[in-house]
Amino acid sequence: MTEHVIRYPDLTRPNAFTQEELGWVPWLEPKPESELTDEDYTALVERSRAASPYFRLLVRDPVVLGARTRADNDIFYNTDAGLARAERELSAATTSRTNGCLFCASVHSRFASLQAPSRRDDVQRLLDLGIDGDQDERWTAIIEAAAALTATPSAFGPAHVEALRAVGLDDQAVVDLIQSAAFFNWANRLMLSLGEPTPPTAA
Amino acid sequence: MTDLIDTLVGIDVGSPLDALRAKRPVARSDAQTTYDALITDPGDLARASAVERAAIAFWVAALSRAEQLAANYRGLLADLDPAVATSIDDALPDATTTGPYGTYPAGPLSAEDEAGLHFTASPALRDAVGTRLAAALEHAHLLTFRPRDASPDALQALLEAGWSTDGIVTVSQLVAFIHFQLRVITGLTVLKKAI
Repeated sequence: MTEHVIRYPDLTRPNAFTQEELGWVPWLEPKPESELTDEDYTALVERSRAASPYFRLLVRDPVVLGARTRADNDIFYNTDAGLARAERELSAATTSRTNGCLFCASVHSRFASLQAPSRRDDVQRLLDLGIDGDQDERWTAIIEAAAALTATPSAFGPAHVEALRAVGLDDQAVVDLIQSAAFFNWANRLMLSLGEPTPPTAA
Repeated sequence: MTDLIDTLVGIDVGSPLDALRAKRPVARSDAQTTYDALITDPGDLARASAVERAAIAFWVAALSRAEQLAANYRGLLADLDPAVATSIDDALPDATTTGPYGTYPAGPLSAEDEAGLHFTASPALRDAVGTRLAAALEHAHLLTFRPRDASPDALQALLEAGWSTDGIVTVSQLVAFIHFQLRVITGLTVLKKAI
Protein backbone atom coordinates (compact mmCIF):
# COMPACT_ATOMS: atom_id res chain seq x y z
CA MET A 1 0.00 0.00 0.00
CA THR A 2 1.12 3.56 -0.72
CA GLU A 3 -1.24 5.31 1.67
CA HIS A 4 1.21 7.18 3.85
CA VAL A 5 2.98 10.53 3.97
CA ILE A 6 6.71 10.71 3.28
CA ARG A 7 8.69 12.99 5.60
CA TYR A 8 12.25 14.30 5.32
CA PRO A 9 13.42 15.09 8.85
CA ASP A 10 17.05 15.55 7.78
CA LEU A 11 16.31 17.95 4.92
CA THR A 12 17.84 21.44 5.02
CA ARG A 13 14.91 23.44 3.69
CA PRO A 14 15.72 26.32 1.30
CA ASN A 15 14.56 29.54 3.00
CA ALA A 16 15.17 32.22 0.35
CA PHE A 17 14.15 32.84 -3.26
CA THR A 18 16.89 31.93 -5.73
CA GLN A 19 17.54 31.51 -9.46
CA GLU A 20 19.63 28.44 -8.69
CA GLU A 21 18.31 24.99 -9.56
CA LEU A 22 16.47 23.53 -6.56
CA GLY A 23 15.33 19.94 -6.25
CA TRP A 24 11.87 18.79 -5.13
CA VAL A 25 10.77 15.77 -3.12
CA PRO A 26 7.20 14.41 -2.85
CA TRP A 27 5.19 13.97 0.36
CA LEU A 28 3.10 11.19 -1.23
CA GLU A 29 4.30 8.10 -3.07
CA PRO A 30 4.64 8.73 -6.83
CA LYS A 31 3.45 5.97 -9.14
CA PRO A 32 6.38 3.55 -9.61
CA GLU A 33 8.00 3.89 -13.03
CA SER A 34 7.55 0.13 -13.59
CA GLU A 35 3.75 0.53 -13.32
CA LEU A 36 3.31 3.33 -15.86
CA THR A 37 0.78 2.48 -18.58
CA ASP A 38 0.53 3.75 -22.16
CA GLU A 39 -2.17 6.17 -20.96
CA ASP A 40 0.21 7.45 -18.30
CA TYR A 41 2.94 8.08 -20.86
CA THR A 42 0.45 9.98 -23.01
CA ALA A 43 -0.43 12.11 -19.98
CA LEU A 44 3.24 12.80 -19.25
CA VAL A 45 3.46 14.24 -22.81
CA GLU A 46 7.27 14.06 -22.72
CA ARG A 47 8.59 10.56 -21.96
CA SER A 48 11.53 11.98 -19.99
CA ARG A 49 9.09 13.24 -17.35
CA ALA A 50 8.73 9.65 -16.09
CA ALA A 51 11.96 10.32 -14.17
CA SER A 52 10.34 13.19 -12.23
CA PRO A 53 8.66 12.31 -8.90
CA TYR A 54 6.39 15.36 -9.32
CA PHE A 55 5.00 14.20 -12.64
CA ARG A 56 4.81 10.56 -11.50
CA LEU A 57 2.71 11.73 -8.55
CA LEU A 58 0.40 13.82 -10.75
CA VAL A 59 0.05 10.93 -13.22
CA ARG A 60 -2.17 9.29 -10.60
CA ASP A 61 -4.86 11.38 -12.35
CA PRO A 62 -3.65 10.98 -15.94
CA VAL A 63 -6.43 12.77 -17.85
CA VAL A 64 -6.03 15.89 -15.73
CA LEU A 65 -2.22 15.82 -15.92
CA GLY A 66 -2.29 15.48 -19.71
CA ALA A 67 -4.67 18.42 -20.15
CA ARG A 68 -2.70 20.52 -17.64
CA THR A 69 0.61 19.87 -19.42
CA ARG A 70 -0.74 20.68 -22.88
CA ALA A 71 -2.34 23.90 -21.60
CA ASP A 72 0.96 24.83 -19.92
CA ASN A 73 2.88 24.37 -23.18
CA ASP A 74 0.39 26.45 -25.19
CA ILE A 75 0.36 29.29 -22.66
CA PHE A 76 4.14 29.52 -22.35
CA TYR A 77 5.60 28.21 -25.62
CA ASN A 78 3.07 29.19 -28.31
CA THR A 79 4.88 32.22 -29.74
CA ASP A 80 2.32 33.03 -32.44
CA ALA A 81 1.99 36.73 -31.45
CA GLY A 82 1.36 37.91 -27.89
CA LEU A 83 3.69 38.44 -24.95
CA ALA A 84 7.45 37.83 -25.24
CA ARG A 85 8.64 34.54 -23.74
CA ALA A 86 10.72 36.31 -21.06
CA GLU A 87 7.69 38.29 -19.93
CA ARG A 88 5.48 35.20 -19.69
CA GLU A 89 8.19 33.76 -17.41
CA LEU A 90 8.26 37.06 -15.48
CA SER A 91 4.51 36.71 -14.93
CA ALA A 92 5.00 33.12 -13.69
CA ALA A 93 7.88 34.19 -11.42
CA THR A 94 5.82 37.08 -10.01
CA THR A 95 2.91 34.77 -9.25
CA SER A 96 5.24 32.28 -7.57
CA ARG A 97 6.93 35.06 -5.59
CA THR A 98 3.52 36.29 -4.41
CA ASN A 99 2.19 32.88 -3.41
CA GLY A 100 5.52 31.93 -1.83
CA CYS A 101 6.49 28.98 -4.03
CA LEU A 102 10.29 28.90 -3.78
CA PHE A 103 10.58 26.02 -6.21
CA CYS A 104 8.38 27.49 -8.98
CA ALA A 105 9.99 30.91 -8.53
CA SER A 106 13.45 29.38 -8.96
CA VAL A 107 12.53 27.65 -12.22
CA HIS A 108 10.71 30.56 -13.81
CA SER A 109 13.04 33.33 -12.65
CA ARG A 110 15.85 31.27 -14.19
CA PHE A 111 13.84 30.89 -17.40
CA ALA A 112 13.16 34.65 -17.48
CA SER A 113 16.88 35.33 -17.15
CA LEU A 114 17.69 32.79 -19.86
CA GLN A 115 15.22 34.50 -22.21
CA ALA A 116 16.44 38.00 -21.31
CA PRO A 117 20.08 37.62 -20.17
CA SER A 118 20.58 41.37 -19.77
CA ARG A 119 17.75 41.45 -17.19
CA ARG A 120 19.18 38.93 -14.74
CA ASP A 121 19.67 41.57 -12.01
CA ASP A 122 16.11 42.83 -12.50
CA VAL A 123 14.82 39.28 -12.08
CA GLN A 124 16.95 38.87 -8.96
CA ARG A 125 15.51 42.12 -7.55
CA LEU A 126 12.01 40.66 -7.94
CA LEU A 127 13.14 37.64 -5.90
CA ASP A 128 15.01 39.65 -3.27
CA LEU A 129 12.68 42.61 -2.77
CA GLY A 130 9.39 41.18 -4.02
CA ILE A 131 6.86 42.88 -6.25
CA ASP A 132 7.60 46.35 -4.82
CA GLY A 133 11.25 46.28 -5.91
CA ASP A 134 12.18 48.94 -8.45
CA GLN A 135 11.70 47.94 -12.13
CA ASP A 136 11.29 49.79 -15.42
CA GLU A 137 7.79 50.87 -16.45
CA ARG A 138 7.04 47.86 -18.62
CA TRP A 139 8.10 45.26 -16.06
CA THR A 140 6.37 47.20 -13.28
CA ALA A 141 3.08 47.03 -15.19
CA ILE A 142 3.51 43.29 -15.82
CA ILE A 143 4.51 42.50 -12.22
CA GLU A 144 1.67 44.56 -10.75
CA ALA A 145 -0.91 42.94 -13.04
CA ALA A 146 0.28 39.38 -12.29
CA ALA A 147 0.37 40.05 -8.54
CA ALA A 148 -3.11 41.62 -8.58
CA LEU A 149 -4.53 38.62 -10.40
CA THR A 150 -2.85 36.32 -7.85
CA ALA A 151 -4.49 37.96 -4.83
CA THR A 152 -7.55 36.24 -3.39
CA PRO A 153 -9.98 37.68 -4.19
CA SER A 154 -8.44 38.90 -7.42
CA ALA A 155 -7.57 42.59 -7.43
CA PHE A 156 -7.07 42.74 -11.22
CA GLY A 157 -9.04 45.59 -12.78
CA PRO A 158 -9.35 48.07 -15.66
CA ALA A 159 -6.40 50.13 -14.37
CA HIS A 160 -4.10 47.14 -14.89
CA VAL A 161 -5.22 46.70 -18.49
CA GLU A 162 -4.73 50.42 -19.06
CA ALA A 163 -1.21 50.30 -17.57
CA LEU A 164 -0.29 47.28 -19.70
CA ARG A 165 -1.49 48.98 -22.86
CA ALA A 166 0.39 52.15 -21.93
CA VAL A 167 3.68 50.22 -21.88
CA GLY A 168 2.98 48.62 -25.25
CA LEU A 169 1.13 45.35 -24.65
CA ASP A 170 -1.54 44.55 -27.25
CA ASP A 171 -4.65 42.56 -26.31
CA GLN A 172 -3.06 39.23 -27.26
CA ALA A 173 -0.18 40.00 -24.90
CA VAL A 174 -2.66 40.88 -22.15
CA VAL A 175 -4.36 37.50 -22.65
CA ASP A 176 -0.95 35.80 -22.36
CA LEU A 177 -0.23 37.68 -19.16
CA ILE A 178 -3.61 36.69 -17.71
CA GLN A 179 -3.18 33.04 -18.66
CA SER A 180 0.44 32.74 -17.49
CA ALA A 181 -0.37 34.26 -14.08
CA ALA A 182 -3.56 32.19 -13.81
CA PHE A 183 -1.65 29.04 -14.74
CA PHE A 184 0.89 29.57 -11.97
CA ASN A 185 -1.91 29.90 -9.46
CA TRP A 186 -2.60 26.30 -10.48
CA ALA A 187 1.03 25.12 -10.57
CA ASN A 188 2.10 26.84 -7.31
CA ARG A 189 -0.65 25.12 -5.36
CA LEU A 190 0.42 21.68 -6.59
CA MET A 191 4.15 22.22 -6.02
CA LEU A 192 3.62 23.76 -2.58
CA SER A 193 1.18 21.18 -1.29
CA LEU A 194 2.40 17.83 -2.63
CA GLY A 195 6.08 18.09 -1.65
CA GLU A 196 8.88 20.50 -0.89
CA PRO A 197 12.04 22.00 -2.41
CA THR A 198 15.52 20.73 -1.65
CA PRO A 199 18.77 22.75 -1.76
CA PRO A 200 20.67 23.25 -5.02
CA THR A 201 22.69 20.17 -5.86
CA ALA A 202 26.46 20.67 -6.08
CA ALA A 203 27.43 21.04 -9.73
CA MET B 1 -19.14 22.28 -27.87
CA THR B 2 -19.81 24.18 -24.66
CA ASP B 3 -16.91 26.07 -23.14
CA LEU B 4 -17.55 27.18 -19.57
CA ILE B 5 -15.06 30.07 -19.66
CA ASP B 6 -16.61 31.47 -22.85
CA THR B 7 -20.07 31.07 -21.37
CA LEU B 8 -19.30 32.81 -18.08
CA VAL B 9 -17.30 35.65 -19.64
CA GLY B 10 -19.89 36.03 -22.40
CA ILE B 11 -17.55 35.50 -25.35
CA ASP B 12 -19.53 35.33 -28.58
CA VAL B 13 -18.33 33.48 -31.67
CA GLY B 14 -16.58 35.95 -33.95
CA SER B 15 -16.02 38.57 -31.21
CA PRO B 16 -12.55 40.07 -30.56
CA LEU B 17 -12.05 37.96 -27.43
CA ASP B 18 -13.03 34.83 -29.35
CA ALA B 19 -10.22 35.58 -31.81
CA LEU B 20 -7.76 36.24 -28.98
CA ARG B 21 -8.59 32.97 -27.24
CA ALA B 22 -8.39 31.13 -30.58
CA LYS B 23 -4.69 32.03 -30.80
CA ARG B 24 -4.10 29.74 -27.80
CA PRO B 25 -6.38 26.91 -28.92
CA VAL B 26 -4.85 24.15 -26.80
CA ALA B 27 -5.00 26.21 -23.60
CA ARG B 28 -8.63 26.89 -24.41
CA SER B 29 -9.68 23.31 -25.17
CA ASP B 30 -7.64 21.75 -22.37
CA ALA B 31 -9.06 24.14 -19.78
CA GLN B 32 -12.44 22.68 -20.74
CA THR B 33 -11.02 19.12 -20.81
CA THR B 34 -9.71 19.59 -17.28
CA TYR B 35 -13.07 20.93 -16.09
CA ASP B 36 -14.84 17.95 -17.62
CA ALA B 37 -12.34 15.44 -16.19
CA LEU B 38 -12.60 16.91 -12.70
CA ILE B 39 -16.27 17.87 -12.55
CA THR B 40 -18.73 17.02 -15.31
CA ASP B 41 -17.39 13.65 -16.46
CA PRO B 42 -14.82 12.22 -14.04
CA GLY B 43 -13.59 8.72 -14.78
CA ASP B 44 -13.20 7.59 -11.17
CA LEU B 45 -15.84 8.48 -8.57
CA ALA B 46 -14.34 6.18 -5.92
CA ARG B 47 -11.38 8.50 -5.28
CA ALA B 48 -13.69 11.55 -5.10
CA SER B 49 -17.48 11.44 -5.50
CA ALA B 50 -19.51 13.81 -7.66
CA VAL B 51 -20.86 15.56 -4.54
CA GLU B 52 -17.38 15.93 -3.07
CA ARG B 53 -16.03 17.37 -6.32
CA ALA B 54 -18.88 19.87 -6.72
CA ALA B 55 -18.75 20.84 -3.03
CA ILE B 56 -15.00 21.54 -3.06
CA ALA B 57 -15.35 23.48 -6.33
CA PHE B 58 -18.19 25.62 -4.96
CA TRP B 59 -16.26 26.25 -1.75
CA VAL B 60 -13.08 27.38 -3.53
CA ALA B 61 -14.87 29.62 -6.04
CA ALA B 62 -17.07 31.17 -3.33
CA LEU B 63 -14.13 31.75 -0.94
CA SER B 64 -12.39 33.51 -3.84
CA ARG B 65 -15.48 35.68 -4.51
CA ALA B 66 -15.58 34.43 -8.12
CA GLU B 67 -19.32 34.94 -8.15
CA GLN B 68 -20.36 33.56 -11.52
CA LEU B 69 -18.13 30.53 -11.22
CA ALA B 70 -19.35 29.91 -7.67
CA ALA B 71 -22.95 30.08 -8.92
CA ASN B 72 -22.12 27.51 -11.59
CA TYR B 73 -20.68 25.10 -9.03
CA ARG B 74 -23.42 25.77 -6.50
CA GLY B 75 -25.97 24.86 -9.16
CA LEU B 76 -24.21 21.56 -9.87
CA LEU B 77 -23.94 20.80 -6.15
CA ALA B 78 -27.54 21.73 -5.35
CA ASP B 79 -28.73 19.30 -8.05
CA LEU B 80 -26.73 16.52 -6.39
CA ASP B 81 -27.16 17.34 -2.70
CA PRO B 82 -28.99 20.52 -1.69
CA ALA B 83 -28.29 19.96 2.02
CA VAL B 84 -24.53 20.04 1.45
CA ALA B 85 -24.90 23.22 -0.63
CA THR B 86 -26.79 24.89 2.22
CA SER B 87 -24.20 23.76 4.78
CA ILE B 88 -21.44 25.33 2.72
CA ASP B 89 -23.47 28.53 2.34
CA ASP B 90 -23.66 28.67 6.13
CA ALA B 91 -19.91 28.06 6.57
CA LEU B 92 -18.76 30.71 4.08
CA PRO B 93 -19.14 33.94 6.12
CA ASP B 94 -16.75 32.78 8.86
CA ALA B 95 -14.28 31.28 6.38
CA THR B 96 -13.93 34.10 3.87
CA THR B 97 -10.81 36.24 4.10
CA THR B 98 -8.09 37.66 1.83
CA GLY B 99 -4.81 36.06 0.77
CA PRO B 100 -2.21 34.92 0.16
CA TYR B 101 -0.70 34.82 3.66
CA GLY B 102 1.28 32.26 5.64
CA THR B 103 4.69 31.35 7.01
CA TYR B 104 8.04 30.80 5.27
CA PRO B 105 10.78 28.44 6.45
CA ALA B 106 12.72 30.33 9.16
CA GLY B 107 15.27 32.71 7.63
CA PRO B 108 15.39 35.93 5.63
CA LEU B 109 11.79 35.54 4.45
CA SER B 110 10.45 35.35 8.00
CA ALA B 111 10.03 39.14 7.81
CA GLU B 112 7.30 38.45 5.24
CA ASP B 113 5.40 35.98 7.43
CA GLU B 114 1.78 37.03 7.70
CA ALA B 115 -0.80 35.69 10.12
CA GLY B 116 -4.31 34.86 9.00
CA LEU B 117 -7.28 32.58 9.45
CA HIS B 118 -6.60 28.84 9.83
CA PHE B 119 -10.00 27.41 9.01
CA THR B 120 -11.34 24.45 10.98
CA ALA B 121 -14.72 22.96 10.12
CA SER B 122 -17.31 23.63 12.82
CA PRO B 123 -19.08 20.66 14.45
CA ALA B 124 -22.21 21.65 12.53
CA LEU B 125 -20.41 21.58 9.18
CA ARG B 126 -18.67 18.32 10.05
CA ASP B 127 -21.97 16.70 11.03
CA ALA B 128 -23.64 17.91 7.85
CA VAL B 129 -20.99 16.91 5.29
CA GLY B 130 -19.08 14.15 7.09
CA THR B 131 -15.50 13.92 8.31
CA ARG B 132 -14.04 13.16 4.90
CA LEU B 133 -15.51 16.12 3.01
CA ALA B 134 -14.94 18.43 6.00
CA ALA B 135 -11.23 17.56 5.92
CA ALA B 136 -11.10 18.33 2.20
CA LEU B 137 -12.80 21.70 2.77
CA GLU B 138 -10.20 22.54 5.44
CA HIS B 139 -7.42 21.62 3.03
CA ALA B 140 -9.02 23.58 0.18
CA HIS B 141 -9.16 26.63 2.44
CA LEU B 142 -5.44 26.27 3.19
CA LEU B 143 -4.61 25.96 -0.52
CA THR B 144 -6.82 28.93 -1.36
CA PHE B 145 -5.49 31.48 1.14
CA ARG B 146 -2.15 30.23 2.48
CA PRO B 147 -0.67 27.72 0.05
CA ARG B 148 2.82 28.27 1.48
CA ASP B 149 1.62 26.75 4.78
CA ALA B 150 1.09 23.35 3.11
CA SER B 151 2.77 20.48 4.95
CA PRO B 152 2.99 16.70 5.24
CA ASP B 153 0.76 17.02 8.32
CA ALA B 154 -1.97 18.55 6.15
CA LEU B 155 -1.83 15.55 3.81
CA GLN B 156 -1.73 13.17 6.77
CA ALA B 157 -4.99 14.72 7.99
CA LEU B 158 -6.57 13.93 4.62
CA LEU B 159 -5.37 10.30 4.71
CA GLU B 160 -6.76 9.91 8.22
CA ALA B 161 -10.11 11.34 7.11
CA GLY B 162 -10.42 8.60 4.48
CA TRP B 163 -8.81 10.06 1.35
CA SER B 164 -6.51 7.81 -0.71
CA THR B 165 -3.25 8.99 -2.27
CA ASP B 166 -4.99 9.05 -5.68
CA GLY B 167 -7.87 10.97 -4.12
CA ILE B 168 -5.53 13.59 -2.65
CA VAL B 169 -3.90 14.11 -6.05
CA THR B 170 -7.33 14.65 -7.63
CA VAL B 171 -8.54 16.99 -4.87
CA SER B 172 -5.29 18.98 -5.11
CA GLN B 173 -5.71 19.28 -8.89
CA LEU B 174 -9.34 20.31 -8.43
CA VAL B 175 -8.56 23.11 -5.98
CA ALA B 176 -5.52 24.30 -7.93
CA PHE B 177 -7.35 24.19 -11.30
CA ILE B 178 -10.22 26.31 -10.00
CA HIS B 179 -7.69 28.96 -9.00
CA PHE B 180 -6.60 28.98 -12.67
CA GLN B 181 -10.13 28.89 -14.04
CA LEU B 182 -11.44 31.74 -11.88
CA ARG B 183 -8.48 33.97 -12.78
CA VAL B 184 -8.87 33.39 -16.52
CA ILE B 185 -12.55 34.31 -16.13
CA THR B 186 -11.75 37.39 -14.01
CA GLY B 187 -8.98 38.56 -16.31
CA LEU B 188 -10.92 38.08 -19.54
CA THR B 189 -14.01 39.74 -18.05
CA VAL B 190 -11.93 42.83 -17.23
CA LEU B 191 -10.31 42.79 -20.68
CA LYS B 192 -13.67 42.37 -22.41
CA LYS B 193 -14.92 45.62 -20.93
CA ALA B 194 -11.79 47.39 -22.17
CA ILE B 195 -12.11 46.23 -25.80
